[in-house]
Amino acid sequence: MTGMTGNQPRLHIVTGKGGTGKTTVAAALALALAGAGKRVLLVEVEGRQGIAQLFDTAPLPYTERKIATGPDGGEVRALAVDVEEALLEYLDMFYRLGRAGRALQKFGAFDFATTIAPGLRDILLTGKIKEATTRTEGGKRVYDAVVVDAPPTGRIGRFLNVTAEAAKLAKVGPIKTQSEGVAAVLRSPLAAIHVVTLLEEMPVQEARDAIAELEALDMPIGSVIVNATRDEALAGVKLTQAELKRGLAAAGLPADKATITGLLEEAKLHLVRVAMEAGLREDLQKLDQPLIELPLLPDGVDLSGLYELAAILREKL
Amino acid sequence: MTSALDIDALLGDPKTRIVVCCGAGGVGKTTTAAALALRAAEKHGRRAVVLTIDPARRLAQSMGLSELDNTPRKVEGADGELYAMMLDMKRTFDEVVLAHTDPKRAKEIFANPFYQAMSSTFAGTQEYMAMEKLGQLRATDEWDLIVVDTPPSRSALDFLDAPQRLARFLDGRMLRMLLAPARAGGRSVFTLVTASFGVVTKAFTKILGGQLLTDVSGFVTALDSMFGGFRERAEQTYRVLQARETSFLVVAAPEPDAIREAAYFAGRLAEDKMPLAGLVLNRMHRLAVPDLSVERALAGAETVAGSVTAGVLRVHADLSRRVARERRIAEQFLAARPGVPVFEVPAQPEDVHDLDGLRRVTS
Repeated sequence: MTGMTGNQPRLHIVTGKGGTGKTTVAAALALALAGAGKRVLLVEVEGRQGIAQLFDTAPLPYTERKIATGPDGGEVRALAVDVEEALLEYLDMFYRLGRAGRALQKFGAFDFATTIAPGLRDILLTGKIKEATTRTEGGKRVYDAVVVDAPPTGRIGRFLNVTAEAAKLAKVGPIKTQSEGVAAVLRSPLAAIHVVTLLEEMPVQEARDAIAELEALDMPIGSVIVNATRDEALAGVKLTQAELKRGLAAAGLPADKATITGLLEEAKLHLVRVAMEAGLREDLQKLDQPLIELPLLPDGVDLSGLYELAAILREKL
Repeated sequence: MTSALDIDALLGDPKTRIVVCCGAGGVGKTTTAAALALRAAEKHGRRAVVLTIDPARRLAQSMGLSELDNTPRKVEGADGELYAMMLDMKRTFDEVVLAHTDPKRAKEIFANPFYQAMSSTFAGTQEYMAMEKLGQLRATDEWDLIVVDTPPSRSALDFLDAPQRLARFLDGRMLRMLLAPARAGGRSVFTLVTASFGVVTKAFTKILGGQLLTDVSGFVTALDSMFGGFRERAEQTYRVLQARETSFLVVAAPEPDAIREAAYFAGRLAEDKMPLAGLVLNRMHRLAVPDLSVERALAGAETVAGSVTAGVLRVHADLSRRVARERRIAEQFLAARPGVPVFEVPAQPEDVHDLDGLRRVTS
């Protein structure tokens, strides 16, 4: 990656169908962006505490705290945005509510407000994200990059299309101004939306749908990240029992009938998958977006796995 | 270690009238629900209906579902009486309103912008309406077995909580406060609200906008005759879920998030005295040669590096590691909820999009 120059996106929004590993990808991306001397914020918005689980730490509070060190010593901080806290912060900022706001919380007023106006949630969440992205301290940017573990593909359009949501609310006042500010950032080259998918039918379909939706909304697509791809070993190879028998004997392994037919069965299933995945990969290539492939980690994603994925993202992004 | 879940005993038991499939998004709930209903119809001769929420296009087509449709349709190609439907939440909500009020009021409610927004996009509406539809299907007593797929919520618990949350909201204190001034003929919706509340309501009016609050207020006025009705209905269906005729199946895939969610949900079912029949573990990989270890396979592959055999051995090693990992993850569920019977569905190389694919799920 060529440092963070002015033209590089600084706000990375990661979406994808449920189960595609978007939290993992978001975390790996945050690590990848945390080069020497850089500071990155990794944000979670759905209250699932997926980041804490991934990094194996206690649940994240509504404060930005250091969660990991980048490969060359950068810093990754994490934040789980809580809607109620964000609303309190917001009310305090614009109306100086202070303790009255807390009292209101007990009343269930926030629950009520976000229930009758579900779009308010998204405006508050994206507002907080924009604030962190553009925050400065002593004339310097606090974060070199912000990475968001965003809602899944099915909800991403509505989540990011804040102006449409705000239009249903107050016609004037701070909420409108704020949502316009958020919309401006989301539609600028500052932002990049990455869509995570697996080489499986439904996730690919949803990735396609989400990209079409986001493009119609004029939002900048970053890359399509294909997660958990497997080795294409054996592709195009002709498998025969006789050859496998010879090979197993040469490798000093049991070459009995059961082992041979069993291994052939495993290999054939593997080839069916590889062929199906090749078809889906072609579909994704037709989208005309940069594709980044991340390998399946057979033992699952632990901390060292995250760094492994981060190294790949760093090279390819 | 684990006990196997006998799905045929469950589906074939005439006392099982409702099966609810719950779990995190992306674990194959819809496919599982459809496969179970098909099995019940074909193997056990039961008149079965599957209520799907958001099926994949090709799977829906294979069951003859082409659009949202609130009426169960017979599935052609099923060897038995299988019906399927896709939930239309807007229409279901309209039906609830019609059931509780006179046509004139209903018309007012349907025209209200807040109602329109709420009945199609509200968080919780889908869950509420899925439960409502389940209640309706059950009330007709037309089905031997109703299999329910649950909405792709943020959390599996939403299926249990959202209906009551929404009902509480519709019947609630905040709405009554909004209603009060409208009843008094006051112009401002918040005039009767206490003074300490005033500062905040002013802020809320600024944030939410006067129009929205006026719409909500109009909605509440029109809804007046229905107060109590929503909660009662939601509570009624909740009781059906606690009844012995209902079985919950928690669906998961061997991924840490999905398993955590499944364990959490199973715990909640126990708390609420809802009958958990078992865990359906989708997409489990299997080894055809379990005795050949990863280490030996990889060492062998080194010896014959570059050959076809080396490739086959590497595929086996990867698969073994994957299987071991899936086992470890599945164990986490059993550690949290020991004794829950498990039904494992082998990973299929391709997605399920026809009846044959559904048959393979339960075979």
